[in-house]
Amino acid sequence: MSAQFLTVSPSPHIHSEDSVKKLMYGVIIALLPALAVSFFVFGIGAVYVTLLSVLSCVVAEYTLTKYLLKKEPTFMDGSAIITGVLLAFNVPSSLPWWAIIIGSLVAIGVGKIAFGGLGNNPFNPALVGRVFLLISFPVPMTSWPVPFVSRFQFLDATTGATPLALIKEGVDAGEPISKLMSELPTYMNMLLGGLGGSIGEVSAIALIVGFVYMLWKKIITWHIPVAMIGTIFVLTGALWLFNPDKFADPVFHLLTGGVMLGAFFMATDYVTSPMTVKGMLIFGVGIGLLTVVIRTFGAYPEGVSFAILIMNGFVPLMNKYIKPKRFGIKKNG
Amino acid sequence: MGGVHPAENKFTVDKPIEKLEAPSQVSIPISQHIGAPAKPVVEQRQKVKIGQIIASSSGFVSANIHATIAGTIAKFDKVMDSTGYKRDAIIIKAGKEEQEWEESIDLSDDLVKEVSLSREEIIKKIAAAGIVGMGGATFPSHVKLSVPKGKKAEYLILNGVECEPYLTADHRLMLEKGPEIIVGARILMKALDVDKAIIGIENNKPDAIEKIAELINGENGMMVQPLKVQYPQGGEKQLIKAAINREVPSGGLPIDVGVVVHNVGTAFAVYEAIQKNKPLLERVVTITGKDVKNPSNFLVRIGTPVNNLIEAAGGIPENTGKVISGGPMMGKALNSVDIPVAKGTSGILLIPNEEAKRGKMKVCIRCSKCVDVCPMGLEPYLLMTLTQKELFDRVEEDKALDCIECGSCSFTCPSDRPLLDYIRLGKKTVASLIRERNN
Repeated sequence: MSAQFLTVSPSPHIHSEDSVKKLMYGVIIALLPALAVSFFVFGIGAVYVTLLSVLSCVVAEYTLTKYLLKKEPTFMDGSAIITGVLLAFNVPSSLPWWAIIIGSLVAIGVGKIAFGGLGNNPFNPALVGRVFLLISFPVPMTSWPVPFVSRFQFLDATTGATPLALIKEGVDAGEPISKLMSELPTYMNMLLGGLGGSIGEVSAIALIVGFVYMLWKKIITWHIPVAMIGTIFVLTGALWLFNPDKFADPVFHLLTGGVMLGAFFMATDYVTSPMTVKGMLIFGVGIGLLTVVIRTFGAYPEGVSFAILIMNGFVPLMNKYIKPKRFGIKKNG
Repeated sequence: MGGVHPAENKFTVDKPIEKLEAPSQVSIPISQHIGAPAKPVVEQRQKVKIGQIIASSSGFVSANIHATIAGTIAKFDKVMDSTGYKRDAIIIKAGKEEQEWEESIDLSDDLVKEVSLSREEIIKKIAAAGIVGMGGATFPSHVKLSVPKGKKAEYLILNGVECEPYLTADHRLMLEKGPEIIVGARILMKALDVDKAIIGIENNKPDAIEKIAELINGENGMMVQPLKVQYPQGGEKQLIKAAINREVPSGGLPIDVGVVVHNVGTAFAVYEAIQKNKPLLERVVTITGKDVKNPSNFLVRIGTPVNNLIEAAGGIPENTGKVISGGPMMGKALNSVDIPVAKGTSGILLIPNEEAKRGKMKVCIRCSKCVDVCPMGLEPYLLMTLTQKELFDRVEEDKALDCIECGSCSFTCPSDRPLLDYIRLGKKTVASLIRERNN
């Protein structure tokens, strides 16, 4: 052992076990329970849409990074897979193949590569793709296969409305909530998985399992999801107490639509969420507030995607002005 | 706030401190401390005894250097030290009078408890003994004990945290030299004129906590503070915060909150200097690594080549890729094993090839883990970017100078980004810009 082979570098000389790949694949593992439940509820459509979305996202990431950015493609770091899964989780299981491919291209191309690839995109790519599809192809994007009905069919699935849409239309038509509620699945069913909607939002419990896994593996912290869900709970609770005939109760709001999916998996996206704890809490509260506003007063029955995208836009500002608590510096001092 | 939990790998916890045989030649650098290098006071071919002063302090912030073996001053030469630069050193070759010690030194093991010297005498004697911070910072101890006018010390905090992975020198010292450390603490308390002392020890050393707590039972004003296991709990500012919940102000010193912190190793050296007339000649060094045959804790004469320790621990493993002086989080990588052990060498760590190289840097995914782990509440990702873009006014504004260089950010970054490297560069540039501005 001669001395000339010694590596000399500045400290630290050891590194944690964390790597981008490990974190990203951790998120993918956390998404699997929801996919499994969705497969059980919606059948092959759920898996087909997810696989196609992942495949097109990965291919888009690879080709665009290589030929447009002219960088070494890092498509296997897992981030494109997550975008693919999340995009699929935000669409109906009956979405036609061409829409999936267009959505993936927009998510990766416009949402991510246009800004310089991983780490540089201001908006959550999956949501960019999802919102693009929703605005461009509203009909296939809001034709929700009925749970458990057409699990082995794909293209001609029987479709129905989501609970959120049912309530929204009913309330707009002047019917009391209690009557509308009686036509919906029970909360227990919603929790376990059994309500119409996007692939990923079918089972709150499966999403919670994924969330707990990510907390345990220290992939994310609790701040954003708790701030967001807490805000939705408090605001919808206040509205419900104010007029239970016109506003659904807070439990309904938490169990339906994309609240859990958005809170655990999309608002917590590293790249597009704030860097400080204080920023994360404000970010979560902001998403919660906007979600409730859109759901109750807006034109769309569901507002999680828009709320997250809008708050994404504030993240650079928050990072600039919200600083961590510095050691040894008193506030205002 | 902040902090990380690297694998402890303290292989030498159960290895009692062994005296390493004095080498036949030592190279003693004249700058082993923060501050001005000492000035040689011996001549070539002069005979020296163990403990004889060979270079004397050349300013207030400087430290005396003593001969650590008896023999002849062979030459003054430039010798590579842990910084990687060749620096002035005094080389002593052992003669036949190998065991000849300075007469005033008490070599017995008897514990001398009575502290008879006055405050001023203690500080003077500590300065004369060349004692510096033994935790690795090597700041001359007498300077820390000379409390500036207008400030008042309330607490002495002894640092027995040893939060660096692998290292066990302080741990063993607390177990084996507990009574001496306690007397050393008494001396330091007297020098500082304080009546409260806290000994901070991490919870991963329950035997040391128990031992020290037992020893101070009945001692006035001393207490043991068990601390959460977390790196960098042993950072001066972090330790003060954990022990008495005071925050050293940004840009300030512990004395600003009424505290002086000394390492337990320093307390032991102070004991030996004051009660035994023994200047700082040797120190405990942990020699360890995953593939080291006999990882050990050695009591080593200053100036001993690192290679002697490695040989005594079973030789250098075939796959060694990196040799570190100190711990893996803050230690310095050596480019040779001929470098002498200095006053601040707390450990020698041999890292195998597969762990010696850093991972390839990837893009920042803004996971905010670096912000999360920073014990000083800084934003490492931002400081790195600002430094890269040479926006040094913002580097300063975002408090880069508060960085304690603990390395938690680089350790934790999943993208293997060299955050601390850039922060160091930013700090250095900001410091020189501030100097320019003040001139």
